[in-house]
Amino acid sequence: MASFWDAYLWPGVVVVAQCLAIIVPLLIAVAYLTLFERKVMAAMMLRRGPNVVGAFGLLQPFADGLKFLVKETVIPSGANKVVFIIAPMLTFVLAMIAWAVIPVSAGVVLSDINVGVLYLFAISSLGVYGIIMAGWASNSRYAFLGALRSSAQMVSYEVSMGFVIITVLLCVGSLNMTKIVEAQHGLWFAIPLLPMFVVFFISTLAETNRHPFDLPEAESELVAGYHVEYSAFAFALFMLGEYANMILMCAFTTILFLGGWLPPLDIAPFNWIPGFIWFLIKIVILLFVFVWVRATLPRYRYDQLMRIGWKLFLPLSLLWVVLTAGAIVAFGWYPTAS
Amino acid sequence: MAFLDRAARSLFLTEILSGMGVTFRYMFKKKPTLNYPFEKGPLSPRFRGEHALRRYPNGEERCIACKLCEAICPAQAITIEAEPRADGSRRTTRYDIDMVKCIYCGLCQEACPVDAIVEGPNFEYATETRAELLYNKDRLLANGDRWEREIAVNLAADAPYR
Repeated sequence: MASFWDAYLWPGVVVVAQCLAIIVPLLIAVAYLTLFERKVMAAMMLRRGPNVVGAFGLLQPFADGLKFLVKETVIPSGANKVVFIIAPMLTFVLAMIAWAVIPVSAGVVLSDINVGVLYLFAISSLGVYGIIMAGWASNSRYAFLGALRSSAQMVSYEVSMGFVIITVLLCVGSLNMTKIVEAQHGLWFAIPLLPMFVVFFISTLAETNRHPFDLPEAESELVAGYHVEYSAFAFALFMLGEYANMILMCAFTTILFLGGWLPPLDIAPFNWIPGFIWFLIKIVILLFVFVWVRATLPRYRYDQLMRIGWKLFLPLSLLWVVLTAGAIVAFGWYPTAS
Repeated sequence: MAFLDRAARSLFLTEILSGMGVTFRYMFKKKPTLNYPFEKGPLSPRFRGEHALRRYPNGEERCIACKLCEAICPAQAITIEAEPRADGSRRTTRYDIDMVKCIYCGLCQEACPVDAIVEGPNFEYATETRAELLYNKDRLLANGDRWEREIAVNLAADAPYR
């Protein structure tokens, strides 16, 4: 019995505790991200934003969550019930499990696998299934159009994202997230690879269906896109998944380009602050830019979106892959990790 | 050259960045929002809000049941029935306003020869049911008692222009 405890139960308990240690702060972060977004957007539009529920509206996310819980989940009569219910769960679960490989600080990661980047890329590509299932199962034109747009958009931008990741990998020599961050001691990749950083950031906007690439949701034309038929907690799961994906993509950008948990300068006042605080600060700054872009730019037209993806980002990132590889070979800057 | 200029501008995102600069500056500007339930904006003395039936200072109701308001009401929201009272004066036995029909045009208070029916400054009388918006005479007189001070001030302020 004791060996059973040592071999199976105790590791299981530890893993569950670790998962909770990631998911609970993540969900709270998602809740406050919605408030943060509303507040920042309001400020940029000369409004106040939610400020009645709790001090400065700090309890607003919980009021919203409670409302989602007590509302009725409406399933349209024409919908494919099973797929309709699975879709939001899939979106949510995929947004959560991607966090398994994100290193929050030196060595603080749920599973430090050697193909971390591949895993993350695979999971974020799977995210489109939740959306397309939702769009198809809703049996509504708006939802279906939204889902089609979303899948086309995600597929096009993943190509250039892939090339951007390859440039970073060329400089690191490893697919392990921790090694990618450690390779940025002294110089963050955002500086030598600045154009790729910008391309990657804009692609993450498209990947998470955010403004100005929010065509799948496009309130003014598709009502709400793929989640038009969803209500109550199913809708909440979509929202949670979407915002968790935003945070995930910001974390990914931080790891690839902004040196993860590393302080900007490795000198006295900066390296007193623990690594995960730096990680958090960088993510918050990126999220602020997400919201800032949303408050500034109007939505792109669908053909403009495709043009940017295929005719601008793809050649640019390809060119940069070749340039980076050429520079590494020509000057003998072979990565030392691996 | 124009082509190069345009290409450079879109490639370096200069216009998007300057737009984002504008939004960033706006973030720190003073917000013009009125914190509504806690702060309220100014109202004109001519503001046409919830109706009220007024009384004379001695407590006698002003309405003499001439039915001019009922006649002029374009939405036909007012219903009046009248009978002589025991002292011989003509008074309403019934004075109903269907607040759902009312279009707040203010013609009833224009028509009234004795300033009995007025539209007061109150606009916060939302109800949970429709039936609560079918006002009867008691409700209107109670409104008059409640808002008399504000209504009198408003009428006095507007009097020079009539």
